[in-house]
Amino acid sequence: MDADKGRAKKMVVKNLSFFYGGSKALTDVSLDFYANQVTALIGPSGCGKSTLLRCLNRMNDLIPYSRSEGQVLLDGESIYDPKVDVVSLRRRVGMVFQKPNPFPKTIFENVAYGLRVNGVKDRSTIEQKVEDTLKNAALWEEVKERLYDSALGLSGGQQQRLCIARALAVEPEVVLMDEPASALDPIATQKIEELIHHLKKCYTIIIVTHNMQQAARVSDVTAFFYLGKLIEAGVTDTIFTRPKLKQTEEYITGRFG
Amino acid sequence: MTDGSISKKALKSLSLPGGGRGRSGENPGDRAGVQSRRKIIQRVMFAFFKAAAVINAIALMIIVSFLVAKGYRAINWSFLTEPPIDSMTKGGILPCIVGTLCLSLGAIIVALPIGVASAVYLHEYARPGRVLRLIRLGINNLAGVPSVVFGLFGLAFFVVYLQMGVSILAGCLTLGALTLPVIIGSAEEALRAVPDTYREASLGLGATKWQTIYRVVLPAALPGVLTGAILGISRAAGETAPIMFTAAVFFTPSLPTSIFDEIMALPYHIYVLATAGTEIEKTRHLQYGTALVLIVLVLGLNLVAIIYRARLRKRRTG
Ligand SMILES: Nc1ncnc2c1ncn2[C@@H]1O[C@H](COP(=O)(O)OP(=O)(O)OP(=O)(O)O)[C@@H](O)[C@H]1O
Ligand SMILES: [Mg+2]
Repeated sequence: MDADKGRAKKMVVKNLSFFYGGSKALTDVSLDFYANQVTALIGPSGCGKSTLLRCLNRMNDLIPYSRSEGQVLLDGESIYDPKVDVVSLRRRVGMVFQKPNPFPKTIFENVAYGLRVNGVKDRSTIEQKVEDTLKNAALWEEVKERLYDSALGLSGGQQQRLCIARALAVEPEVVLMDEPASALDPIATQKIEELIHHLKKCYTIIIVTHNMQQAARVSDVTAFFYLGKLIEAGVTDTIFTRPKLKQTEEYITGRFG
Repeated sequence: MTDGSISKKALKSLSLPGGGRGRSGENPGDRAGVQSRRKIIQRVMFAFFKAAAVINAIALMIIVSFLVAKGYRAINWSFLTEPPIDSMTKGGILPCIVGTLCLSLGAIIVALPIGVASAVYLHEYARPGRVLRLIRLGINNLAGVPSVVFGLFGLAFFVVYLQMGVSILAGCLTLGALTLPVIIGSAEEALRAVPDTYREASLGLGATKWQTIYRVVLPAALPGVLTGAILGISRAAGETAPIMFTAAVFFTPSLPTSIFDEIMALPYHIYVLATAGTEIEKTRHLQYGTALVLIVLVLGLNLVAIIYRARLRKRRTG
């Protein structure tokens, strides 16, 4: 990853292994995520992409009988340190899920939610922030007339952009996206990709995707996983044109298996 | 609704042609025979399910029309707005209506917060383990305790030991205890129906567990929680045994002025008129009239629950 030298490492994963009960989902993964870059995680279904993503904001803590080994650093500090406050960690490392999951509240309240739970009370601050974030997520024009309608009335693509807006409203430093466009049509997907492109100016983005073209289009760095192991990671152009390993090449070109 | 669609799907797949059962050597005639037999079985089963569902509705209609036929003569304005007179052989049942409303309302005030809090603990906080199993065992057993035992418990504990006397308060607490398992059960069910994705989304935004429960999970579960509570309470409203030792009295013409007053109540009034009065035969129509009022009250409560739930749902998804 020579091209990334000199960039700040926003998150660092060191020798991370993860277990669901007795079964190992990640084996000794080491990977760096750079500030203001988009890192794509690719690999066949069940290879541990979501698991890794959920280790980065400790969402996996919610799963009973799960356990991790190794280290994850955010700005050089371990996020699994007992001193770390998980709640503020998750505010710094936001997440967008595979299926759009807006709350059964109004569009406005969905975006305002993160502000409210983080103690913002002032009505006009919240209104301003909601508007800015919705504009940032390229959704404002479509919803400005119906901010106080239920978010469940939006289309799938709009719902997903709303979820992105909701995640952005609390100004996270890192945004994790787990196949954010997998449930969307090409046009909605394109909007999300444009959005990701635009967002990386301010955020560090880590995205899981099954779509190779998408990985090639949106990401700066690509990491290929197989059976819980990191097989190859590097600058996206290199991975897609001159992968070092045969396995990677076969997966990317669709001759895998 | 979900159950319906799933079972329909399952049954549809059963009726798909050549569902893998036919042996390769079979001739077409055999297969047609199997087909039509399977269709007949399907039809018979559907008819059976339908009958089972219809019986419920018919039972309710029979009960209500029976009560209407026997009791409608008793119902008039003064029946609903005056206290009983002449050793309860004449007059109205106002104190009973007020009493039952007080008891139901009180029971819900007692049981709803405790029930919902328990359900939240059980479903959202408690780690699976021995303690949780023990608590669940307790709740399930509580649900199986006969209501007369609740009555005796209320008498021994609230009325005598805590010196509340025979009073609305003691009755509400007893009825509340009786309703608690129902409310916990339905609240847990409602919490279970809230998708985990809501919880994850909220936690992912830096909300605490409590904020997540209070701001997302509970509001989403609210329709289910409230309907469960109202259904539970409408059951309790018709109970006689728990209140006969703790809150209700034979006769008191005055309406209650405090929660320490004793009161009359509809189910107990029916019981008294039908078994202990001096003029059991003469007051038959009053008994049926009272029963009719009680059942209308209970159905009304259920209706409120249904309408309320529909409203909330519509507001969510609208
Ligand atoms: N909650 C869980 N409990 C037990 N095992 C799990 C759980 N979640 C995932 N796994 C297992 O861990 C492994 C990795 O799963 P993960 O969801 O990370 O894969 P993935 O790469 O995201 O796959 P996909 O592309 O299909 O989303 C799989 O074998 C999966 O069965
Ligand atoms: Mg996944």
